[in-house]
Formats: sequence, structure tokens, C-alpha cells
Amino acid sequence: MPNLEAEPRDGRPSPEAFLAEAARETRGRFKLFIGAAPGVGKTYEMLRVGKAKLAEGTDAVIGVVETHGRAETAAMVEAFEVVPRRKLIYKGRETDEMDLDAILKRHPDLVLVDELAHTNAEGSRHPKRYLDVQELLAAGIDVYSTMNVQHLESLNDVVAKITRIRVRETVPDNILELADEIEVVDLTPEALVERLEEGKVYVRDQAQRALKHYFSIGNLTALRELALRATAQRVDNQMLQYMQSHAIEGPWGASDRVLTCVSEDPRSVELLRYTRRMADRLKAKWTALYIEGPRHSVLSETQRDTIAETLRMAERLGGEAITIPGERLADDVMTYAKANNFTHIVVGKSQRSPWFEMIHGSVVRDLVRRSETISVHVIAGEPLREPRRGEALQTQSVPLAVHPGAYLASVLMVAAAVGVSYLIDRLVALQNLSLVFLTAVLFSALRYGLWPSIMASLLSVAAYNFFFIPPLYTFTIADPSNVFALVFFLIAALVVSNLTAQKQRQTQSMAARAKTTAELYAFSRKIAGTGSLENLMWLITYQIAAMLSCDAVVLLPGPDGLQIRAGYPPEDTLDAADMAAAEWSWAHNHVAGHGSDTLPGGKRLFLPIQTDRGAVGVVGIIREKPALLSPDERRLLDALLDQAAVAMERVRLAEDVDQVRLQAETERLRNALLTSVSHDLRTPLATIIGALSSLNSYGESYDPATRADLIASAQDEAERLNRFVGNLLDMTRLESGGLTVNLEPIDAGDAIGVAVSRARPLLLHHRTDIDLAPDMPMVMADFVLLEQVIFNLVDNAAKYTPKGTAIRIAGHVEDAADGPWAVIEVIDEGAGIPLQSLEAIFNKFTRLQAEDRTRAGTGLGLPICRGFITAMGGTIAAGNRQDRSGAIFTIRLAKAEPVSDSVSKVEAHVG
Amino acid sequence: MSANPPKILVVDDEPQIRRLLKTSLMPQKFEIAEAGTAGVALKRIDAEEFDLIILDLGLPDRSGIEVIEEVRKTSSVPIIVLSVRSDEGGKVKALELGADDYITKPFGMAELVTRIRVALRHRYQAQGTQPVLKAGDLTIDLVNRRVTRGTQEIKLSPTEYDILRLLTEHAGKILTHDFLLRNVWGDDKVDDVQYLRVYVRALRQKLGDKIGESEIIRTEMGIGYRLTAGDASEG
Repeated sequence: MPNLEAEPRDGRPSPEAFLAEAARETRGRFKLFIGAAPGVGKTYEMLRVGKAKLAEGTDAVIGVVETHGRAETAAMVEAFEVVPRRKLIYKGRETDEMDLDAILKRHPDLVLVDELAHTNAEGSRHPKRYLDVQELLAAGIDVYSTMNVQHLESLNDVVAKITRIRVRETVPDNILELADEIEVVDLTPEALVERLEEGKVYVRDQAQRALKHYFSIGNLTALRELALRATAQRVDNQMLQYMQSHAIEGPWGASDRVLTCVSEDPRSVELLRYTRRMADRLKAKWTALYIEGPRHSVLSETQRDTIAETLRMAERLGGEAITIPGERLADDVMTYAKANNFTHIVVGKSQRSPWFEMIHGSVVRDLVRRSETISVHVIAGEPLREPRRGEALQTQSVPLAVHPGAYLASVLMVAAAVGVSYLIDRLVALQNLSLVFLTAVLFSALRYGLWPSIMASLLSVAAYNFFFIPPLYTFTIADPSNVFALVFFLIAALVVSNLTAQKQRQTQSMAARAKTTAELYAFSRKIAGTGSLENLMWLITYQIAAMLSCDAVVLLPGPDGLQIRAGYPPEDTLDAADMAAAEWSWAHNHVAGHGSDTLPGGKRLFLPIQTDRGAVGVVGIIREKPALLSPDERRLLDALLDQAAVAMERVRLAEDVDQVRLQAETERLRNALLTSVSHDLRTPLATIIGALSSLNSYGESYDPATRADLIASAQDEAERLNRFVGNLLDMTRLESGGLTVNLEPIDAGDAIGVAVSRARPLLLHHRTDIDLAPDMPMVMADFVLLEQVIFNLVDNAAKYTPKGTAIRIAGHVEDAADGPWAVIEVIDEGAGIPLQSLEAIFNKFTRLQAEDRTRAGTGLGLPICRGFITAMGGTIAAGNRQDRSGAIFTIRLAKAEPVSDSVSKVEAHVG
Repeated sequence: MSANPPKILVVDDEPQIRRLLKTSLMPQKFEIAEAGTAGVALKRIDAEEFDLIILDLGLPDRSGIEVIEEVRKTSSVPIIVLSVRSDEGGKVKALELGADDYITKPFGMAELVTRIRVALRHRYQAQGTQPVLKAGDLTIDLVNRRVTRGTQEIKLSPTEYDILRLLTEHAGKILTHDFLLRNVWGDDKVDDVQYLRVYVRALRQKLGDKIGESEIIRTEMGIGYRLTAGDASEG
């Protein structure tokens, strides 16, 4: 019995592996030439392989290749078509960069791009060349590129330690995973040193100083090993993926999972790199966990930025980034790790003093104590490195501005303390006036935060000394014990300032978060109740604009590409730079525009609205000041976009469902119409043809009575057919909107009269009573339509009631809450209408079974009545009689202005 | 009526309709000629003398309306228009341009024959001045301006009388709202159909018309009124 829940290891390919494999089919193939150090001959090797491709007939061009003046390399280049570089002038300096657009336009089979880790000049589309390469690959162009192992993000630290040179140009590790093929260009360290001495190796100026150290045999050996190891690991991964996607049972252990705990400490990044390397070795999945504890609210913007950055880094390194709220770090980490079957936990070694740990406890110690079966790895960190810049999106921290008034107010508080102390001193001669000043400091800290309260502390010391410590009105202190008093007062004041201000900031940040959460909640409720995409777009732009104090637009794909669908404030056009950024953001499902990696030249920043099924639209924002978002705002924007995406998905699904329902309804009506037409047209035709053919063939043999009977039935059926066709035409007019309504004051009695005369042949077996109240007014109606309605109702009554019963048509005025109505009722003496059908009978093709089961109607008469009456601004409803069995159809129409009265009066005089 | 059977031209593009009319009307002592297009019809009208024309409005080459206009330039021969339901505009237009009556497809043959007879009678009686009209116990005496039921005189206001007089003078023939308004109130009241409706309602009450049963004044939906008393005497 196969276990359906099991991991798809039982012979079925893993879906993820399959998807990754499938994405590769359409993408260009990527081959990376990796070397241990500059000068090993990567570029030459790339050109050599490229030339071989050229000889095979591949359309290969050079995107960018640096020859560094080497003749052999230059000779190789000559064989290729070189896409001219793009000239860029930035801050007066002319540089040239690979022309991405020209290559995309040229669209060769293969493009050679040297130095993958290169940083592009400002003003380029992407800041990094590897991003250019990703775009080329996405466009389906094969790419060959070169890179030294030191540029690999996760090896950056290791290489820096070996060579003592930190390379700033790094490439994320997943570039290796993108590569379909990796070739290590290997050269023994000895040969490399030889080449160096022959001047065959180009080294940049800044590396010149360290050249000697860098190219030592020992370093080169270490680097070589690194390069080979990184590649070997990659090859290993490739094999793993191949085996997974081909459902080959393998020896890989999926059981290992590695968890690492990150904090605001910038060294967390190193922890991530270590974890990744470890996870790679274990062939395990890994996760970076951040516990958002009570401390989170007192972190500085820079620290929060670091955390966000670290988590993003984790994702870039191929891990999963998780943030969970928590109280006690060790407990929460352990609970999470156990709940999610982690086998290893990687933590950084604390930098805190043994004293601190003795008092506060050590997270590491707690973790180790509680670890049970989980291995805990404690990694020693190096002292701080310089902070890195933001990744995909630049953000800008907002400094906590302290209003100058706060300082002034603090001064006033101290002054007040002086006044109060003076009074107390005079009245009660309190010994310790410092408490009064401490109160002032406390208030200042509560109201204005740390810095004003520190100033208040210092000022208090000065004032206390000046006014109350003898000798008075000097800053000198006579009694040495007072010096101690002052010093302790200062310490107390500073501690109080600090604690209070911290508490205060915590409260404020909690309040701000609560407010944001409340707003987000309100937003989610608002958009949950929105049914139309238009309203939703508007709500989203409004909410983003309101919460981030910016201008926002939403663009959705239309028939002619992206179109602005909503803007707050309203906006209908974007300039070319913004539009390009929006298009790029949409096409690549990635942020673009102002403050981002891609097309940062525009005024707006564009973010895709992402759902499970990919991007559904793009949001663009622009703000005067500050132009860049703070990390908190960035997180808020992400939250808003997530909600927007969910809501848009919901609306789209709802629209899909509506569409399906509409189609089903249309289908049902079409079937009903077909049934109805075939039945209702054929039945009378059968009678007519039958009667006429009988008369034609055997007319002579029939007695006059039979002949008359046959003729009469043919005529009756022909008339029935005529009415049915009339109904079909009326229905068509109603549904196609081709109905013109000519509302004018008409005499309802007149319309009833015409209808009853016309229905006369149908009423042979019924009595008709027309009973109009004397005050029956003229009604606002279309004569022809009203006549048809009454005809249909009378026809209906005749059809569904037994022979010999009466059909009453009554008219009177009804004074309802919404004004007087002219009421016309058609009342029969039949069986009445089942309660549940009172509304349904006005639906198309709904017919009740007539008593004798033969005269069921066409199912069009009553819907036409409702359609016509509604078109005339009136209502029609069905009900049952209270006094006996029977149905009542009640029509309410607007009363016409009583012209009749005035006219009659005038006439009365004349007459 | 003349000794020769009246000569009727049937103008319709549907051969079945022409065949039906020919077969049904011949036994009623009418002589029937046919035309399938407006062109043929106008040629025949030019060449021969007809006592009546039955004209379909939807013709392939030119509209029936244009045929009426053309015919009325030279002749006052009665024209009965064949039209379809829900084409009130076309009917009114045809009547305004000089058609004498209309009948809606599909129609009963008895109805058509009645209409033909009314139209022919008006032609021979030359703007029918039938001084006294009787319908049941109702007598309309245009000479003495008296309307009586049995022996009792019915009091009518001047406007009511004017309407009744017009209807009586053209008994059996349809009079459009426009025609009645113009002749009773004058050109400036042409659009006030509701006035006419109010008076007709009052007139019917005084004449004792029963709604949906015995009607002396018959409503032609969206077009006008006709006095039915004339039909009764012949039908």
C-alpha cells in the first residue's frame, strides 16, 4: 500500500527539482570559467572555447572582454564580432560599459562576458554585471563568463583571511547554481608565479601593494583548493539535482536541517556564510531565524536595517529566512528547532563579558543545556567588519528628530525646580533638595527623551550647586561631602534619564506598531469587502499614499502592455524613465526604479505585486522628502503589497467564478430556449399541418361539422403560434436593450379594453369583469407595452384556471408610503400559485404545470410582463387571494398628473 | 356600388401572401391584380385604374411609404397598408401620407374584407356625409347635432361633440391622433395626445361604452381611434 503522504522519493521526481529543470529549458545556458586567482588564464580559456563554438557555427559574440593589452588574448578576440560598448558620462568622467540593450537586440546564440563580478558605472541599468548576465540568460541567450573564486560571497571572508585583501566586488553564491556548467581554469601556483614574473598577469593598482603577499605560493595553493572545492561541491549539487529530477534513488540524507540564529549583530552575516557552507556539506536545507523579542522595539534604525539585511542575505545564500515573535531567546529557538525537526543549530559566540553572562544568563549555555539530540555549533566571530550597503533596495534611516523646543522646555523644568527648591528651602528647610531636581529630570526624560533629559541632568547639577550648595551663587563647593552628593546625584539623574527615556521610546514604538497593525488590519478588512478590481486598486493606492505619505500608482497589464489603473493622487501618465522601470519590474518580478538596483534613474520606485501565480501588477511610489524609504516603511510597504496581492487574487478568482456562473446560466437559458422553441413551435405546427393535410386529402369525406372543427383547431393553433413568436420577439427586444419606452399619460381602462378585446378568442370559456374605480387616474405608461402586459396576464389566467371561472381586472389608486400609485390587478379563481414559486414564475422558462397538464405556457409571458413594467418604472408582483383560491397579479404604475380634472372643469363651464 | 367587381391591386413581395389574398378575395367578388415590387406597382397604377390598393410596407426595391407618396401625387385611390406588429411609427407615417387604413400581419380574412368594404364605401360616398348614424340604440344625428340613446339625449361638451362628429363622418375609418387634434383643437395642440385621451375617455363613458366589450369608439394602439358603428352595419 503506497503512502500518499510520503515524500516523493518512491520513484517520482521531486516537483521542485522538476520546476528548476524546466525553467532552465527556456533560459540561456550559463557557463562559468572559474579561477583561483587573477592571471590563471580564464579569459583566454573562455575565448578558446567560444572560438570552438564559433567554428561549429554558433552565433557567438563578445559582450565585453578585457585584453589588458595581452597580445594572445587580443588575437583571440579578433575572431569574434564585438558588440560595441556603451559610453556613459557620469560626473564628467567618461566610462564605457557592456551595452546590455544592444546585446539583447542583437540576440546572438552566445555572448562572452568577462569579469562577472564587475561593478557597473552609475547610470547603468543594473549596478552589477552578474545582474546583466541574469537578464541575458532570462532572454534565452547563452552566456560564458569568468570569475575568480574570491568574488564568491560565501568565500569572501575566508579569502580575505588567507590573502588579507578584502575584495569588495562579490557575487552571490546562487550564481554558481545558475551555472549549467563550471570549468575550473587551473594553473599550478608555481606556474602562476612564473607568469606573474614574466609580466603576463594584470593586477589592478590597488592590489599592487599587497601583490607580493597575495601571490605567495602558500596563498595560491589555498585559493586553488578553495576554487576546486567550491566547484566540486557545485558539481555534487548538480548531480544531486539530476538524480532528484530523474527520480534516482540516492544516498542523500534529507534528514539534516540546519538552523542559525541571527541578531542585529553585523557578524550575523558571517554566521550565515558558515551555516551555508555547513549545510552544503551536509546537503541539508537551512534556515536563518530571528526572534523578535521585547528588545526589538528599542533597536536603532540601523540595527533593524541590519536584521532585515541579514535575513535577505540568508535568502540570497539559498536559505530560508524566518522571523517569529518571542520572549526568551533560548526557549523560543529550541521550541522552533524541535517543532521543525532541525538537527543542527549554529549560533555566534557571545561577545559579552563573563560578568554580564553571570547576571543575565547566556543564551548559548541555555541552548546547549536544552539541546538534547540537536547539535549546537558555537562559532567564534571576528571583530566587526565594516557594514555593507543595502542589497536590492536602498533604504534610508530616519534619525529621531528632537525638537529644539524640548531642550528649552527641559531648561524651564530645571528653572522651575530651582523655584520650587527655593520655596521649600525657605519654608521647611528640607535637607535633600536634589530630589526636586531629580523630579525635573524624570519629567524631561518622560516627555522629551534621552538627550534633553541628559542636558537637564547636567543643568540640574550646575543649578543645584549654584543656588543651594554653599557658598551660594558660586560654582565652588566648600564642603567635600557635597561633592560626593553632587556626583551621586549626577549618576542617579543619568540613570533615571536613560531608563525612563528607554521605557518611553519602547512605549512609543509599541504604540506606533500598534497603530500600524491596526491600520493594516483595517486595510485588510476594507479590501476584503471590495468586490471590484477598480475599487480595490483605488483602495490600495490610497492606503499606500496615506501610510507612507507618498504618491502611489498601480499599473496592471492591459492589452497594450502595462497601464495605470489607479493613482492617488490621480495620475494618468508616467514619463519614459518611470515607464521603463515599471515595465522592467513587471517583466522581471523585481523592484526597479528610484533607489533600487535597476534603472535607478527614474523618479519612482516600482514594486511588483506578487501572488503565488507570479506578479499581477506593479505599484509605483514617489515621495518628495525623504525620497528613500526607511526600513520600517519598506517592511510596511511589503506588508501592504502582500495584502493587496491576496485581495487582487481573490477578486480575480471571484471574477473567474462569476464568469463560469454566467456561462452556465447562459448555457441553461440557451438550452431552455431551444427546448421551448422546438416544443412550442412544433406543437402548433403539427396541429396546423395535420388539420390542413387532412382537409386537403380527405375533405370530401368529412361532414361539415368535422371540417369546421379541423379548420377551427388549425386557426387556434396558428394564433397560438403567432402569440409565441410575439413573445419571443418581445423577449429579444427586452434583452437586446432594443426596447423603446414611450411614457405618456394614458387611460388604463383603454389599454385594458384593447387587451381584453384582443384576448377575446382565448376567453371563450371564462367570464371577464372589468372593475375600474371611478377615481382611477390616468397612468404614466407606454400604451403598447401596458396592453401587452395585460394581455399576457389575461392569457395566463385563462390558461391556468378552470373553465367557467371569472377573471377580474380591477383598477384603483393606492396611497403607499412612497406616494400614490395607480394599481391594476388581474385576479383569477384558479388554484393559486405555490408560495415558493411567487418570484420564480417571473424567471424565463419557468412554467407551472397547468391542472390538466397540457396547457403549460411558454415561460416567457410573465418575464416579459416584469421586463415591460420595470421599463415603465413600475412594479409587478404575484400573490394569492385571501378570500378564496386564486392568484392576484398586481401592477403598480406612476399616476399621471391629473390633467383630466382641469380639462373637465373647463368643459363643464362651456357645456 | 358599380356593376363591375372592384379592382384591387395587391402589392407584396411574398408570393404566398399574394396567392392567399387572390384565392381568398376572388370569391368575395373582387378582381385581383398583383405586383411584387414597388416599381411594377407604380407602373400598373399609372397604366390602369384601380379601386383599391393593398400595400405591403416592406418592399425590396423602395419602401411602401414612398409608393404612397408617389400614388397620392395623382390619385386618391384608397390604400390599405399591410404592416407588422410593433411598427406603430410606420403605420402612423403611412396614414399621415394618405393611406386610408392599415391591417397588421398576421390578419384574419374577415377583418380584411371589412376594411376593404369600408374603404370602398368612403370612396363612393365621397367624404361620407351620412347625416344620421345608428348603432344599437345609439343615434348620432349630425344635422341636428343630437346624440341620443333610445329617447334620452346625451349631453356632450362642444369638444366631445367635435370628436364624435369627426369619427362619425369617417365611420369605420381610422383617424390618427394627429388628425383629430388638428381638426378639433387646431395646429398648436398637435402634441397633446393626453388631452385627446381624456376626452375620449369621457366621451366613452357618456356613450355607455363597456371596456373590453361593446365599443363604439375603438382604440388603435399608438395610432388613433375609429368608430366601429359603420362596420357593424355591414359586417
